Amino acid sequence: MSSEVVTAPGAHGVAPLDRPKIQVVPVKGLPIVAVAVAFVAASVIGNWKWALIFCHVVGGGLWTAIDLFVGLVIGPILGRLSIPTRAEFTARFMPKMVIIMPTVVMMTLATGFQVARKLGNLATTSPNHPWLVVSFCVVGVMAVIALGILEPANIAVIFEMNKPVPNGERIGRLMKRFIYTAGITGVMQIATLIIMTRVASR
Amino acid sequence: MSTTSATHANDTDRAFPPIGWLSTIALGCVIIGGILLASYAPRVAPQGIATALLVAGVLALASAWVLLLRLRDFAWGTFGKVFKWALLAYAVTSGMIELAFVRDHTRGSSLVIVSLMLVVFALSVPTTIAFTTARFAEPS
Repeated sequence: MSSEVVTAPGAHGVAPLDRPKIQVVPVKGLPIVAVAVAFVAASVIGNWKWALIFCHVVGGGLWTAIDLFVGLVIGPILGRLSIPTRAEFTARFMPKMVIIMPTVVMMTLATGFQVARKLGNLATTSPNHPWLVVSFCVVGVMAVIALGILEPANIAVIFEMNKPVPNGERIGRLMKRFIYTAGITGVMQIATLIIMTRVASR
Repeated sequence: MSTTSATHANDTDRAFPPIGWLSTIALGCVIIGGILLASYAPRVAPQGIATALLVAGVLALASAWVLLLRLRDFAWGTFGKVFKWALLAYAVTSGMIELAFVRDHTRGSSLVIVSLMLVVFALSVPTTIAFTTARFAEPS
């Protein structure tokens, strides 16, 4: 059998069998995650202002930038690719997102509350208090969308692609869900940028 | 065109009870409750509303699990594998948020409500992820 036949799209539009197995959780990245978790824990326990702000700014900046880039740049490009190309990109892209996104979200949320309290922004008398409440709401909506719809679709796509003959139509449907929700969270991150820069400039 | 039984089984999507929606509703309830508690801090938030949201979250999550455990021909192997990893990730996240609340002197009934909300959070996200993945997998 020629290699062309082996790598031709399968019954559902995705090449069968010869693809390498996708590692759902990239184990090599776990030590980096462990370092991030330890650093956040040390910052919170030590109530170390610089480290708290570092974790919040770095985590939040990466979270916002990745959401904007994936939602508004990668997503629309991905939506226009053929299913086999989309599948190949997804196989390399999605496992990295599995490890990056929960880490940056954890860094941002675990330190954000403490930073707000330390800087006095949580006090109802602070002019920043209403902005913080709005930011809680924005993050809350994003969390429900990301954790309830986007992340499950992401993992389901990786598992579907690990099957001997993946269902291309199903991958397309799940990817559409991923692209739309990434677009929505990307747009909502613009609101986060406006709120956080306002809070920081007062 | 000939198809194997595996490819044939992978052709169609089975209908399932709204397990994913229920666990997402549970997540939504505890997130709204968390926003309520955080927006009142350092003062004490209205405990009645927070408790009601927590109870609603627990009920939604429990309903999801009751429906889940009644499923026949389900990919429990895939569900278990995904659930374990996701639980690890979200238990760490919940633990870090809990640590921040404890460090910020949240005490008494507010801390109990926050802790239980974080438990619902740490269980609901892995339930949604594992169910969404396993529903498309070959039954065990």
